[in-house]
Amino acid sequence: MKNREKLLEVKHLQACFPTQRGEVKAINDVSFSIDKGEIVALVGESGSGKSVTALSVIGLNTPSIKYEKNSDISFKGKNLISMKKKQMKKIRGNEISMIFQDPLSSLNPLHPIGRQIAEPIQLHQGLSYIKSREKVIDLLKKVGIPEPEKRLKDYPHQLSGGMRQRIMIAMALACNPSLLIADEPTTALDVTIQAQILNVMRELQKDTGISILLITHDLGVVAEMADRVLVMYGGEIVEEGDVFSIFQNPKHPYTEGLLSSVPKLRGASENRLRTIPGTVPNPLELPKGCNFQTRCSYATEQCSDLSPQLVSNEMNGKVACWHPLEKVNKKVTNFV
Amino acid sequence: MFFKFLFRRLFYVIPMLLITTLVVFSLILLIPGDPALALLGDNATEEKLTLLRAQLGLDQPIMLQYWSWLTHAVQGDLGRSLFTGEFVSEAVFSRLGVTFQVVATAMVISFILGLLFAITSVIKPNSWIDYLARFFGVLGTAIPNFWLAMILVVIFSVNLGWLPATGFTSITEHPVGFFKSVLLPAFCLGSFGAAQITRQLRSSLLEVLESDYIRTAYSKGLLLWPVIWRHGLRNALLPVVTTAGLLFGNMLGATVVIESVFAIPGMGQLAVHSILQRDFPMLQGVVLIMVLMILIINFITDVIYGMLDPRIEFE
Repeated sequence: MKNREKLLEVKHLQACFPTQRGEVKAINDVSFSIDKGEIVALVGESGSGKSVTALSVIGLNTPSIKYEKNSDISFKGKNLISMKKKQMKKIRGNEISMIFQDPLSSLNPLHPIGRQIAEPIQLHQGLSYIKSREKVIDLLKKVGIPEPEKRLKDYPHQLSGGMRQRIMIAMALACNPSLLIADEPTTALDVTIQAQILNVMRELQKDTGISILLITHDLGVVAEMADRVLVMYGGEIVEEGDVFSIFQNPKHPYTEGLLSSVPKLRGASENRLRTIPGTVPNPLELPKGCNFQTRCSYATEQCSDLSPQLVSNEMNGKVACWHPLEKVNKKVTNFV
Repeated sequence: MFFKFLFRRLFYVIPMLLITTLVVFSLILLIPGDPALALLGDNATEEKLTLLRAQLGLDQPIMLQYWSWLTHAVQGDLGRSLFTGEFVSEAVFSRLGVTFQVVATAMVISFILGLLFAITSVIKPNSWIDYLARFFGVLGTAIPNFWLAMILVVIFSVNLGWLPATGFTSITEHPVGFFKSVLLPAFCLGSFGAAQITRQLRSSLLEVLESDYIRTAYSKGLLLWPVIWRHGLRNALLPVVTTAGLLFGNMLGATVVIESVFAIPGMGQLAVHSILQRDFPMLQGVVLIMVLMILIINFITDVIYGMLDPRIEFE
């Protein structure tokens, strides 16, 4: 089994953005941790706060963001929130790195890819481009790029979408970081390419033992990759658990909704695709009590009075709900 | 590949030159006034005037005049001045260097000031330096250059006596003298360009700094300055290259005024004299060379663009 050594620990992370119509609470009291070598998926709709949470870890949110005082992100024992820019610079791209959704717009169109991959090596290890060249070729081989020597001088527009995302992965892994944040790494790619990229990531994870924080709204990707799942809704974590219990026995009605809105080929073909009614609440006017109450079919008076806390359950997970689901949902198990 | 591109671009230049010279030729004849009258004076008899017009070929239809000018021009003969008898080609080329030195200096000033203002204003948005840069952007565009020229002459030449008010020294003759004589006119020409470049670069830099690959650059651990220097500036300069090409043409036109104010013996001054004297062959020569220069600059702009942006291929 894995050694359960904590790499990253986020505690009471709370952040808001000042806007002209008041402060928008982007994330509210988010706590979670990532162990060494673990792949944790952060799941949620757009606007659920998953990207803000991830960008907080690498310190790349817009500078206007304001963190609450007791927010704490501890990485290898160092607090990243209070860290000075010059120290943070040594961590970014070196110990924590990130890959993004759209590899074409995330690569500089005017620089050859070899130089772009070499940049973090030059920066953090002080090597010249010539000296880092061997490492770059090695990285390109690892992410499965054929004839890497010939690709060094190629520009992003000369490569396919899958190749570009491989380049991004090579760039992120250039300095052997211990945490990789992957923000919807396959969303912008063709389905056939998605599987290839996930394979590359999984292989590299096995080889290097890197921890991955995977942000996605694609439950297929979650099932394929993750050890543990965090479900976010309205800026809060509403459910946490290992990937099997989440898929087989979701406790939170929102998680259940997410799982049942995945289209299925087997069975139930006469049924229409299920959706979660309504939309994500406006972060400027969050309801009193549970954020999900307006869209939840199990909601009672209690839900509109008090917001539920994230509490541990018997399945070794956590859920924030007054009426956590009990029975195993057959329709859902079909998916896994 | 590149030579094919070069060849094709040269091919475009020929019809371009034909059209522009024809238009200019026709426009010149619309200028009120008669060169024969200007040459012989008000007391000339009608006979003498007719004779002179016939000698100069001015009595022929426009198309014929243009044809005869064109056939000579392709052989390198741009004719002679109606007044001094100088060869037009010699007169124009002797002044071309002067104008080129002034405009090139103005271009350098535009770029230095533009880059300086744009970058500082982007680094500290909504700071006093940002407001100063934006104010300069409006001011440089709005102030007429001849007015600026006169104000600067009053301050730096008349009152302070630091710089000469008129005249020009070539860089090959006396570099320090060149610098002194070129500073005021080049600044007057360049202030508009600097303002344009500031505005353009500021907005394109702001746009570029919002893009995904800048976020990637930060995620590698780069800080603001290296991000701007390595990833922001080159991308942001792409639209500026186009602006700079247009500016060059703009400045060339503005030399007509600036060279007159500072009494610089360049193309602009030659153009003004030729118009005042109705010296048509000379004026046609000046315009031809100016058009040629602008076409060359457009070509250079395209080449620079292709060098900066690998997505553009020379086809």
